Amino acid sequence: MFDTQTHKDNAVESKATKIECRDCQVYYGDTHAIKDVNVDIEDKTVTAFIGPSGCGKSTFLRCLNRMNDTIDIARVMGSFKLDGEEIYDKRVDPVQLRAKVGMVFQKPNPFPKSIYDNVAYGPRIHGLARNKADLDEIVEKSLRRGAIWDEVKDRLDAPGTGLSGGQQQRLCIARAVATEPEVLLMDEPCSALDPIATAQVEELIDELRQRYSVVIVTHSMQQAARVSQKTAFFHLGNLVEFGETGQIFTNPEDPRTESYITGRIG
Amino acid sequence: MNAGLVLLVVVALAAIGFVIGRSRAISTAGGDARGLHSLPGYYGQTVFLFTAVPALLVMIGWLLFQPLYIDGQISDMISDTDIAEGSSRSLVMSDVRRVASGLNTALEKGIVSETQIASMTTDNTDVRAMLGSAGIALASAVEQNILTVAKEYRQIKGTLGLLMAGVVILIAAAGFLVSVKRIHPDYRARNVSERAIKALLIVASLVAILTTVGIIFSLVFETVRFFGLYPAKDFFFSLTWNPQFSGGSDLGIFPLLWGTLYVSFVALLFAVPIGLMVAIYLSEYASNRVRSIVKPMVEVLAGIPTIVYGLFALITVGPLLRDYFAQPLGLGTSSSSVLTAGLVMGIMLIPFVSSLSDDVINAVPQSMRDGSYGLGATQSETVKQVILPAALPGVVGAILLAASRAIGETMIVVMGAGAAAKLSLNPFEAMTTITVKIVSQLTGDTEFESPETLVAFALGLSLFVITLGLNVLALYIVRKYREQYE
Ligand SMILES: Nc1ncnc2c1ncn2[C@@H]1O[C@H](COP(=O)(O)OP(=O)(O)OP(=O)(O)O)[C@@H](O)[C@H]1O
Ligand SMILES: [Mg+2]
Repeated sequence: MFDTQTHKDNAVESKATKIECRDCQVYYGDTHAIKDVNVDIEDKTVTAFIGPSGCGKSTFLRCLNRMNDTIDIARVMGSFKLDGEEIYDKRVDPVQLRAKVGMVFQKPNPFPKSIYDNVAYGPRIHGLARNKADLDEIVEKSLRRGAIWDEVKDRLDAPGTGLSGGQQQRLCIARAVATEPEVLLMDEPCSALDPIATAQVEELIDELRQRYSVVIVTHSMQQAARVSQKTAFFHLGNLVEFGETGQIFTNPEDPRTESYITGRIG
Repeated sequence: MNAGLVLLVVVALAAIGFVIGRSRAISTAGGDARGLHSLPGYYGQTVFLFTAVPALLVMIGWLLFQPLYIDGQISDMISDTDIAEGSSRSLVMSDVRRVASGLNTALEKGIVSETQIASMTTDNTDVRAMLGSAGIALASAVEQNILTVAKEYRQIKGTLGLLMAGVVILIAAAGFLVSVKRIHPDYRARNVSERAIKALLIVASLVAILTTVGIIFSLVFETVRFFGLYPAKDFFFSLTWNPQFSGGSDLGIFPLLWGTLYVSFVALLFAVPIGLMVAIYLSEYASNRVRSIVKPMVEVLAGIPTIVYGLFALITVGPLLRDYFAQPLGLGTSSSSVLTAGLVMGIMLIPFVSSLSDDVINAVPQSMRDGSYGLGATQSETVKQVILPAALPGVVGAILLAASRAIGETMIVVMGAGAAAKLSLNPFEAMTTITVKIVSQLTGDTEFESPETLVAFALGLSLFVITLGLNVLALYIVRKYREQYE
């Protein structure tokens, strides 16, 4: 069904747990959006979240860097530990947490600033650059990693909002990697990209995996199979199945998983 | 037949037209509305429009020109000998109109009959007493020739009124018939009513534009007369403002302009930072509950009449500033001062800045905030670097609105800063503004045709030009620094 040869280098080896989630529940008002989810996100690993639309992938992703705090009606319960430390603890500063756990949103949201300032935003507020030359270098490197450098190198002063949808998406990826997060959460980062740009972003994900852990939400089974080592399948707010990507795609345990990846539900 | 009745008839005809048009449309389509180009209601609407609009337009035009025509006719009948010493033709004309309408009233009340009016002369009737009993008081006895003209006036008016009713109703009926005839399943009634609505909207916007143009013209007209009496050079460049009743005044705008700008500047200095901070607190930091209490409370400030602010300036702020700041610092002994007026005006302007800014800040999409928080920015960093730049055009608009209010404010200035036109940098000194002087010049005892009164129009025009300039400036700023978000 899927070409398992391509990810034979995604060797199965156990790594340190980066984020440990236990008994997670999320409510939007009275809607129970995430039910009893237990997941371990491993370090230096790409974890893919798949599942039909509205099943709670984005919601769960937003729990991992406390972005749900910004939604008034959202309530998050359960335990989320980053490197063994509870991230919903009162002593944890969500601002610092989000610097460590970066995010690329489902809808591209460039700031109404120049392309350069968009990418330099994170490094500037966190003081990552010693001088202008340093910052220039960070910006260029990030834009290259976001696979958009060649398209924008001549118009870094143009507004980021003037780019096409797919370019904006890559700009947001570049913006997120510029702060060098330890965990990068990517919510459908390739939904508006052509195959070439998609391949470049996947390359970036692979490169990030050498040092960080990446969580990616995707609706493309092929993409999940190509880039991830672990896959989690969500359905109606439940985590149905979580395991090695190869295992999930070739030999799913749950019938719902099987029907989803073969295209019968979702 | 009076105009109101004609209007009623036309509207009734149009309403009938709507019903008939609608049912005729359905019947031409063989009872099946799906066979029509448009919904049946649209056919009714076209009949309504064709019946009412042309007829009413003619009626409006007629009503506008009828008095001009009658006056022309009547005026010719008044010979120069009828005009008494010290009187004028227009006074006699108004006498004629008064007597004519008095006769109508008397007729309605049953005091006289139509035939009595026809045979009425000043010899056989005491017209003044008769009209007095009908409730129309006249200053002097009515002369025979005035009475004759008045009777003629009544007659012409009556005939023209009937004529108008006939013509208007005829036009309405014609429109009715033509538009009912036109109904056909393929007739694009929907497009016709679309165009009619567009025309309606255009007319509405024309009203606004024409009003502005009218205001400008009346100002310009009087200003030109002023400059005929007083040299423009002195008005713009003289540094003194010193109107004299006996003539020989100094009417330099400069001290007033300075006062206006100084007071407004002080007011904005208070209102803009505080208002912006209130807006940021309300939209970014306050919980929904706090917001729902604080926002209306701040907006109450905008509803307080300016005269109340003026009282506050006069009895509280003014003496306070004088006793605790001006006198100890040796800067003045007046309780009226630029600072008093500016401060109180600033308080008044806070809700203008905060409420509008709050709205535009709220309109910045949540995804912008998410993007910034997602990169590990704090709330204040997000506000400073993402939200305010994105909301800038709206914030500039809010500040501009506040500035226009400040420049046009009168009451607070009179009571807070006084009425003395002075050129000084000291904020504890009494000064005054353009608006205050417009009021005092127009309400003074001097003759209308004197430069002392007409200067009010020149001042008004200058004020208009200043606010216009401010608007243009703001537009430029907004264009230049606008940061788009989709
Ligand atoms: N801000 C919100 N307020 C209320 N309900 C919400 C909110 N965001 C999401 N939900 C609800 O939570 C559920 C999960 O939504 P979520 O956005 O996590 O889905 P998703 O799996 O990311 O879907 P998609 O693949 O379409 O992006 C949905 O039923 C949605 O209606
Ligand atoms: Mg989603």
